[in-house]
Amino acid sequence: MNPFTTITAVAAPIDEPNVDTNQLCPTRFNKVPRGPEHARILFHDRRFNADGSEKEHLLNVAPFNRAQIIVADRNWGSGSSRESAVYALYEFGIRCVIASSFGDIHANNCYKNGLLPVVLSDAECAALRTQLREHPGSTISVDLAAQTVIDPQGKTHRFEIHPVRKKCLLEGLDDIARTVQYRERLDAFEAAYKSERPWLYADAV
Amino acid sequence: MPLTLFEKIWNRHVVVEEEGELLLHVDRAFFHEGSSHAFDKLEQQGRTIARPKQVFAFNDHYVPTTGRENGVAGIANAEIRNMVIKLQTNAARHGITLFGIDDPRQGILHIVPPEQGITQPGLLICGADSHTSTHGAFGCLSFGIGASDMMHVMATQTIWQRAQKTMRITIDGKLGFGVSPKDVILAIIAKIGVAGGTGHVLEYAGSTFSHMSMEGRMTVCNMSIEAGARAGMVAPDDTTYAYMQGRPYAPKGVQWDAALALWQQLPSDEGARFDSEVSLNAPDIAPMVTWGTNPEQGGPVTGVVPNPRDVKDEIAAQEMAAAIDYQALTPGMALSDITVDKVFIGSCTNARIEDIRAAAAVARLGRAVIPAWVVPGSQLVKRQAEQEGLDKILIAANFEWREPGCSLCTAINGDQLQPGERCASTSNRNFKGRQGTGGRTHLLSPAMAAAAALKGRLTDVRDLLKGA
Ligand code: SF4
Repeated sequence: MNPFTTITAVAAPIDEPNVDTNQLCPTRFNKVPRGPEHARILFHDRRFNADGSEKEHLLNVAPFNRAQIIVADRNWGSGSSRESAVYALYEFGIRCVIASSFGDIHANNCYKNGLLPVVLSDAECAALRTQLREHPGSTISVDLAAQTVIDPQGKTHRFEIHPVRKKCLLEGLDDIARTVQYRERLDAFEAAYKSERPWLYADAV
Repeated sequence: MPLTLFEKIWNRHVVVEEEGELLLHVDRAFFHEGSSHAFDKLEQQGRTIARPKQVFAFNDHYVPTTGRENGVAGIANAEIRNMVIKLQTNAARHGITLFGIDDPRQGILHIVPPEQGITQPGLLICGADSHTSTHGAFGCLSFGIGASDMMHVMATQTIWQRAQKTMRITIDGKLGFGVSPKDVILAIIAKIGVAGGTGHVLEYAGSTFSHMSMEGRMTVCNMSIEAGARAGMVAPDDTTYAYMQGRPYAPKGVQWDAALALWQQLPSDEGARFDSEVSLNAPDIAPMVTWGTNPEQGGPVTGVVPNPRDVKDEIAAQEMAAAIDYQALTPGMALSDITVDKVFIGSCTNARIEDIRAAAAVARLGRAVIPAWVVPGSQLVKRQAEQEGLDKILIAANFEWREPGCSLCTAINGDQLQPGERCASTSNRNFKGRQGTGGRTHLLSPAMAAAAALKGRLTDVRDLLKGA
């Protein structure tokens, strides 16, 4: 996993609550192996016509076509657990999504792929989107170590993040490396657990 | 200290705690053809599945629902055929149990494990699918995860989690005539909203649930994710144990007694504390339909499409207007004036035997005037329905009786709506384009869906049943 440390980039405002993962990556693209084609899959059915030509969409036009940050509304990434929604964001170039709340599974998928989900209040998100609409192409800075977002007007917003998630993102660590350190405790747990519930490991009869 | 059902299960599964993150043992993992990313990651890292016996795979999302006589070879679309084959290959290579397209137990990954006794009280279950919340109906902690987490589960049979909050949703009383568990969960979501359960595990409690069948509890828990919660659960009780006894993977003999003794300790203790509490009154719940593009945008079928102008909050009003526009409705129109093009009775929400019975009970009162599909959730459901003669009733009433799978719920097996088509559906998501690009979805119960098929419009099933 690529680490996330700091970023200063063009941010795109998306003024819509409850953007579900099916919008980020329509179901029929679920089977596409992860790769650069995911950049086009992001919001595919909103960005492209059936013949492949572009529709009118914020992310299709400069400066937002090079956005690395999205400022969204509430309940971003609700719905399906598909991780391909994160691949689509990431391959498009998005490294950070700021929203007032996230679908649980999607937020978790973001962390696992080096994409930072930042929770700010509804009011802060709305104010940021207004600034970005009024000054298209203005940049936002996100500093994970300091847990801050600096908006286009230079105002600092602090956000919370779990220390372990922060560490994994900063260092690009994946969870399996953490888990295998505990091999002995895992084995001991399993042995006790299995003797308590042996039927869980039996074949069907 | 008194503990909740959730806390008891959670505590029993903690292996390690590290700065507030917990490594939890996973009892069962489920996935389907769409989970290929998890396998790809596993192989890229050169890892193997740690506990193949605790991992189960299902052919459901991509399988066609007609022309299944020739199994995999009979799948016309090459891309879809490859998805099914890929899962078979992955399952065989890693030595995990596959309920494949030819298996007499085949079906949807949230319908088969309970039928087989794989789902049991007290377990921690992870699935590569958000509706894994369904299994919580058995008093287990069961939730959906993404491909990276699934790869972690495959490689280690554990998962890292942070503490969750708990919410108890209490409903007491008897459900009214023509009101089903689907209406209960749609009413809950309409009340707490699609983000109302975010960060929480829901426990459904009260006499309405203790009198509900396992099928009904599964319908309710299934849609917990649509309220933003990752998991929903109902405490195990005699209804649970009666359902489980004798199932292929359920414990037998003395092991049954030992299991039962553990299960009986699971229900939340008297005085256990929940982070939040919500309550509804069962008799107040009416048959529900959604009018909008998320599951909270719904109401009793006797109501009307709301008017965004009546909403004070500007953003909420915009959101409502956008949904009404997408659905091609007008504010103030009666929900029962909405004509539909198609009916879908199926999905992991509502494709169990009781759902088929409810649909057939309505179907026998008339004839479908629009295309109406019934897609059983599993081969077991299909056979049981055929034994009861329900297929004949449905076919005689001009419904189509198909092979088990996810079908029109997520529209990736070739079954899909055309742009602009409007569907009355027993599935769980009415998101834009969920049933096919440009398609429009109204969520409702199986009985209500069958009523819509007979009338060609959203219809209060109680009127039909009363006349019968
Ligand atoms: S029936 Fe629908 S919701 Fe259920 S597992 Fe299949 S696609 Fe997912």
